Amino acid sequence: MKLNRRVFMGSGAAAATALAAPMAFAGGHGKPRVVVVGGGAGGATAARYIAKDSKGAVDVTLIEPSRMYYTCFFSNLYLGGIKTIDDLGHSYGTMAAGGVNVVHDWAVGVDRDAKTVTLAGGASVPYDQLILSPGIDFVEGAVAGWDLSSQNAMPHAYKGGSQTELLKAQIAAMPQGGTFAMVAPPNPYRCPPGPYERVSMVAHYLKANNPTAKIIVADPKPKFSKQGLFQEGWGKHYSGMIDWIGDDFGGGNVSVDPGAMTVTIDGEVTKVDVCNVIPAMKAGRIAELAGVTDGKFAPVNAIDMSTKADADVYVLGDASQQGDMPKSGFSANSQAKVCANAVRGALTGSRVFPAKFSNTCWSLIDTNDGVKVGATYEATDEKIAKVDGFISATGETAEVRKATYEESEGWYAGITADMFG
Amino acid sequence: MIALLACFLFPVQVSIREDGFLHRNRGTFFVLAAFFLTGMAQASGMGDPALGAAVFKKCQSCHQVGDQAKNRVGPQLNDILGRTAGGLGGAKYSKSMIQAGQDGLVWSEDTLDSFLERPKSLVAKTRMSFRGLKDPEDRANLIAYLRSFSKGSIGASNMQETGQGIDIKLDPSVLAMVGDAEYGEYLSSECLTCHQSSGSNDGIPGITAWPTEDFVIAMHAYKQKIRSHPVMQMMAGRLSDEEIAALAAYFSDLE
Repeated sequence: MKLNRRVFMGSGAAAATALAAPMAFAGGHGKPRVVVVGGGAGGATAARYIAKDSKGAVDVTLIEPSRMYYTCFFSNLYLGGIKTIDDLGHSYGTMAAGGVNVVHDWAVGVDRDAKTVTLAGGASVPYDQLILSPGIDFVEGAVAGWDLSSQNAMPHAYKGGSQTELLKAQIAAMPQGGTFAMVAPPNPYRCPPGPYERVSMVAHYLKANNPTAKIIVADPKPKFSKQGLFQEGWGKHYSGMIDWIGDDFGGGNVSVDPGAMTVTIDGEVTKVDVCNVIPAMKAGRIAELAGVTDGKFAPVNAIDMSTKADADVYVLGDASQQGDMPKSGFSANSQAKVCANAVRGALTGSRVFPAKFSNTCWSLIDTNDGVKVGATYEATDEKIAKVDGFISATGETAEVRKATYEESEGWYAGITADMFG
Repeated sequence: MIALLACFLFPVQVSIREDGFLHRNRGTFFVLAAFFLTGMAQASGMGDPALGAAVFKKCQSCHQVGDQAKNRVGPQLNDILGRTAGGLGGAKYSKSMIQAGQDGLVWSEDTLDSFLERPKSLVAKTRMSFRGLKDPEDRANLIAYLRSFSKGSIGASNMQETGQGIDIKLDPSVLAMVGDAEYGEYLSSECLTCHQSSGSNDGIPGITAWPTEDFVIAMHAYKQKIRSHPVMQMMAGRLSDEEIAALAAYFSDLE
């Protein structure tokens, strides 16, 4: 049981080693080393907190291929024309200045016996504790007719950056009265309200620029996050524009033809102008390569986000299978702080405090029409378990909705400052 | 609803009654009759101080005015008319408010009116996370009320402590708790997902530089669901008394 790892290590024959462990790191090869793979909401936060709180006592390396991080959260607002792409981009320069060794490379392998991470550039980076926060990859064959080679014709735009820009350009190039299709993902996936906020923001753009255009959503789920709030908003702001086809009406029986630009829903073929395919998701590939996944995601212990497979390897955020928390940037950031506290404690003997988790997801339906859902969570032996929660109500006043949207902007500034320093 | 966001985290004021519990004061404004006519006569904008007292309820979770007024989250407002912006000793101000004062901003009826309409349009980075008063009459009435606590006003010699509107039951021992600041630092990381360590007030209010007692009371007010914000009620709702004290201990150490 990982829960009792340190207690276990402190008992019997392992006692001497365990008690000496922090010293051994210091004596053996200098400072204890933490390697973090993936510089998003989970990884960037964990790296920054360990570096900041250990005050130089822990050597922290962040491995992230991108020079600039483009947030997936708020990318729908860019599609809607409310934010610019520059609003979403964040440099890793501040993290480097904050004491994190930022390495721009791909992690392509993990040797858990030798405790090293292999980089695409050929280097091998040793670790004492490894934190994987690789986000998501897509399940091959999840949408018939679509694979990664089709992502230019039919973008997923479910990782921030170039894909988001591509989808935006395609929407702008739609002919008047054209059709935007979305193939929505099955559970579990990153950002549960994300596809529906995207539908809202695409509708927001089309209403101003292409008011006779249509939106079709093929969804393998019978219901979705904040459904009542979104459908109320769609009726209010975009009446007649959005056709959501849930699983009850064959939304899950879907295939695409990227060459012909057609979508087939329950046997009916539709020619479309833009097709946003969001396939089923799994943990980012490095988690699978490290051998810490079981099925699509990496099972972790709720108390500190360490994997069930290896007590020295932690998985944060979307790639983890932790229990009740949704896959979101907020969740990853929350998990990262619990993990950082535990990792620092294991390496330096600093105090380890009880795990506390929280999440809030804001969504924008139309200009100044923001809604939110959130919950708090605690660690149990089995999983991260929900404690308490809330959701915006239908029929709220415009003033409340505007305040909710402004709050989401405040949150964006807050979490990005918290991630990057 | 105007101050929905502004009211997230603002403290409430308490006093200890004979029953040993802390209660928010439910103050009265019987002083108003005394300066009512004078206030009317002096007001160039013809604001009504009696009506302004009601408007002031939006301010009093952060500001005090009257006999016992002290600096809390915001500066006390006695003699505000004629005061240089950012110029009251012992009060906590944003750098930009102090700069505005150095650049010559003095609170007059005109400058206050403009500030109260939309605080950030006059002082862009003010700590005052209040959305503003859209209604010119509300502003005129509020300024008339504040004028009554400024020098030369009859009200100034006849002041009463201002009161507040909500009861919160808090055992004095809870308020006296000495928190574990190191635990507080860990717990505070959860706040920082939304509240910025820079103290920025954009969209989500800053929570730095608060008087410790105000912070503890505000958190308990959320926990008891007296303050209305669903996220904060949820976050505070699962914090123990010790954890709230720990957070307060950490934040009070921050500069």
